[in-house]
Amino acid sequence: MSESKNDQLDLWEVFIQESDNSPHQHAGSIRAADAETAIQNARDVFARRGKTKNMWVVKSEHIIATKPEDIPSFFDQASDKVYRHPQFYKHTLDDELWKKP
Amino acid sequence: MNEKTFEYLLRLADDRLILGHRLSELCAHAPILEEDIALANIGLDCIGQAKFLYEVAAELEGKNRTPDDIVYFREAIAYKNLLLVEQPNGDFAQTIVRQFLYDSFGILLFDKLQNSSFVPLAGIAQKAVKEIRYHYRHSSQWLLRLGDGTEESHQRTQEALNNLWKFTDEIFLSDETENLLTEEGIAVRSSSLKEEWLKIVTELITKATLSIPESGVKVYKGGREGKHSEHLGHLLAEMQIVARSYPEIQW
Repeated sequence: MSESKNDQLDLWEVFIQESDNSPHQHAGSIRAADAETAIQNARDVFARRGKTKNMWVVKSEHIIATKPEDIPSFFDQASDKVYRHPQFYKHTLDDELWKKP
Repeated sequence: MNEKTFEYLLRLADDRLILGHRLSELCAHAPILEEDIALANIGLDCIGQAKFLYEVAAELEGKNRTPDDIVYFREAIAYKNLLLVEQPNGDFAQTIVRQFLYDSFGILLFDKLQNSSFVPLAGIAQKAVKEIRYHYRHSSQWLLRLGDGTEESHQRTQEALNNLWKFTDEIFLSDETENLLTEEGIAVRSSSLKEEWLKIVTELITKATLSIPESGVKVYKGGREGKHSEHLGHLLAEMQIVARSYPEIQW
């Protein structure tokens, strides 16, 4: 085996939905050789305990991520005028208007 | 009849316990982390099912024994599990083939046991069959990948099959206890499951590009009467030593 050879199986990201209408949330990652074993491994590592309604696995290489050097141009926005933030309305709705008494 | 039901429950429980214990031996020794967790999970399921079965058996027996008493203070000759489940883990192929040969039978058995007229057993079967369906998914998918994988994985899996196939006859031998309890609606005659089992495993084994070994002349049996291979004694020694050395110990 050459030194540079990667003998690890493919990396997959696992997303778990705990109940109907709740979002799929990142649970962690696992290694597996193919989709079927990936979803089984994800189940065994993350979903055996706790509540799970649905589960996604996706190959980590299919996720497009920002790079550290993207931070200034991507994320360094003005922090005033909170209503300009897309999350502003979501939080407002979640926290206040839609909250049942 | 209670005595026979007790005996039957013990067989079911011993199968699950010994298979579960074998899997527990692999904890921290499986080929990759994910598989380590998977095998430990399956082992825990097996031991959990065994615990429920021992509880029901102990209550039926009415001698104030606990599941721990039954498990830790019984000699090999009093264990009634199949020879298949006590076979050593060997390499990963052997572990998977052993699991596959049992799971494919376990699905059929516990599916039918859900209709047992003995209500506590039907209840346990309802929970167990869901777990065993997952175990089967795990072991059958691995069988396909190992059989139809590399030259080495194919060869090792075929060897495991050659080694373990001879223990499958015993699974389907029905004796008087089982026949009588089947007539009462309590048990399932395992001989009645053989045809369907053979169909399932033949299909999978063929799909995995493996071949079913020819049946030998000798029938390997005896587990149900407490006549075991040399492997069970070693397994029990390790499993029982702490409880026997410190009988009052609290976990």
